[in-house]
Amino acid sequence: MSTTATLASRGRSLVGRRDVLRRNGWTFGLLGLLAVLLLFAKIVEPSYGVLAIQGLGTSVLPLAIAAVAQAVVVISGGIDLSIGSMMALTSVVAASAMYKQPDEFGIVVVIGVLALGLALGAVNGALVVTTKVPDIVVTLAMSFVWAGFALIVRPAPGGGASSWLMDLAVGPILVDWIPKATVVMLIVVAVVWIPIARSRLGLSFYALGSNALAAFRSGVPVGRTKWASYVVGGLFAALGGLALTASTGIGTPVPGPYTLESVAAVVLGGVSLAGGRGGVLGPMIAVVVLQMVRTDMTFMSIDTNLAIVAQGVILIGVVMFGSLLEIRRASR
Amino acid sequence: MTAATSRRPRRQTAAGVRGLFRDQPVIPLLGLLAILVVVIEVVDPGIVSIDWAGVIIKGSVPLAILAGCQTIAMLTGGIDLSVGAVASMTGFVTATMIHSPGGEVQGIVIALVAASLAGFVSGVGVGVFRVHPLIMTLGMNFVVLGLANVWQLQNVQTGAGVPANLRTLGSGAFVEVLPYSLVVFVPVMALILVGLKRTGYGRLLYAIGDNPVAARLSGARSWQVLIVLYVISGLLAGIAGLILSGYANTASVSLADSSVLPSIAAAVIGGTSIMGGRGGYAGSIVGAVILTVLAALLTILGLPEPTRQIVFGSIIVVMAAAYTRVTAES
Repeated sequence: MSTTATLASRGRSLVGRRDVLRRNGWTFGLLGLLAVLLLFAKIVEPSYGVLAIQGLGTSVLPLAIAAVAQAVVVISGGIDLSIGSMMALTSVVAASAMYKQPDEFGIVVVIGVLALGLALGAVNGALVVTTKVPDIVVTLAMSFVWAGFALIVRPAPGGGASSWLMDLAVGPILVDWIPKATVVMLIVVAVVWIPIARSRLGLSFYALGSNALAAFRSGVPVGRTKWASYVVGGLFAALGGLALTASTGIGTPVPGPYTLESVAAVVLGGVSLAGGRGGVLGPMIAVVVLQMVRTDMTFMSIDTNLAIVAQGVILIGVVMFGSLLEIRRASR
Repeated sequence: MTAATSRRPRRQTAAGVRGLFRDQPVIPLLGLLAILVVVIEVVDPGIVSIDWAGVIIKGSVPLAILAGCQTIAMLTGGIDLSVGAVASMTGFVTATMIHSPGGEVQGIVIALVAASLAGFVSGVGVGVFRVHPLIMTLGMNFVVLGLANVWQLQNVQTGAGVPANLRTLGSGAFVEVLPYSLVVFVPVMALILVGLKRTGYGRLLYAIGDNPVAARLSGARSWQVLIVLYVISGLLAGIAGLILSGYANTASVSLADSSVLPSIAAAVIGGTSIMGGRGGYAGSIVGAVILTVLAALLTILGLPEPTRQIVFGSIIVVMAAAYTRVTAES
């Protein structure tokens, strides 16, 4: 069922405007929620303005890209619990290589780090495909491996980043209230993801996640496609690592909370954990929503720890809401 | 059968090995454990002794209980990622209530009730609202962690400490090889083993994991089974947390976080399928001991922490891969 839905959504030209709204209802809902949260912040804290918006763009950057990495793998029916560690490893490699080097050399480093991300993803994917061990177990174990390598590269936080890279993550672009980080993120994600999503490979991702057996019988190379989803996930994880380095100016070898929070963001963003449904835009918006919940709670001078609770409650509540809708639809 | 044996002896042996791994995973696992012990003895002659065995058992008990949470959850095709936060929470809450009127007993009761409550909420989410167990327990992990942090801020003054009785329970021993924590662990182990093998409830866990639709059509009320399952899991995690805080003689809101991956790994190595319907607790216990011995071996080898992480992660992948290969139905 969802295969046909995805196949239909490929043929955008045939889809009417109402269908666009209905099919992306979840994303629009998230955008509405984000607007409410922003408005709320403005009401509670009248000084909330341009600077805060720019800060928001910078602070959500690493997690938003991590969410894209997770989304690609989850759409293909897998899960990658090593994303946080891959981000830590690529981030320390970037920070160590760029430290006290000329800016031009930074470009070489970026290319090298992206290649490293592809390689890490390729190892994860090859292990998942060849060993047939459940992806949760493989990637959870590999998270230890990648985190170990990160500690070898750089035992303590440090290093540096090329100035142009750090420039990309802060400040506005064109108008004051458009954060440069957000624009850069959207461009980078679009440049990588749209060609893939429009290609045969992207279609195979959705087909595989939606029904692996059906995909196999329709001639999708199942093993290779699954592997490719981890490779693309690794590439985005490397971009996330670069975003970490860009926004902090250093590399930190200890993985942040990005792995589990990326799973949360993906689910909130309307990607089904069963695979085959959703996109990459929803998870990115979900990350901003989660961050805004935290900001709003700070403005209301609520203990930040309750914000963690709120994050869990929102995660559970939204998924319960989604599955209730599904149960009602099924019983009708 | 004899004819088949003579005609295709090798096939038969291979199938025999496969069957052994699938039906009695404990035997080959014990073999692996023995090999690891021999390796440790070779690396550091004279270390293997009664005392050492006691140390290993002490270290394995909390992990084995947490592996029990994962085992029963995995049998139904689920997973419990909230064990880290729940286990840390119980140890922490008990430590903060050491000076309360009811003493540590009050703290332990409150902590275990909270742990069961967290499990109950997870169970309702998974069973009634059909939320994916990974997401439900992950969300629960955030909730429990956040609440524990709030609790921490409010109780910062009271002078917390791990109760002496818990310290004894977690790190004391009758004789060197028999730590006190076995007093808790043996009944827990017996309950899980017998519960899974001999009771209708245990069969329901397997049935739901093996084929949820068939289980439902045969009259199993899976939502009730799942709620009870996650309550048990929460309670077990809470008990593990109490022992762990006594063992480590610290109580922090993140004490058990690093035990979550090993608990899953122990269950997987022990032959429980994460897809549900296959496995048992005996294997998970041996898996927990193997992981503890492995960690001890890596420490003896004097490897720096990063290398240890890398080796640990790699070995889990290799062991899980070997296991899947051997038991794969051709």
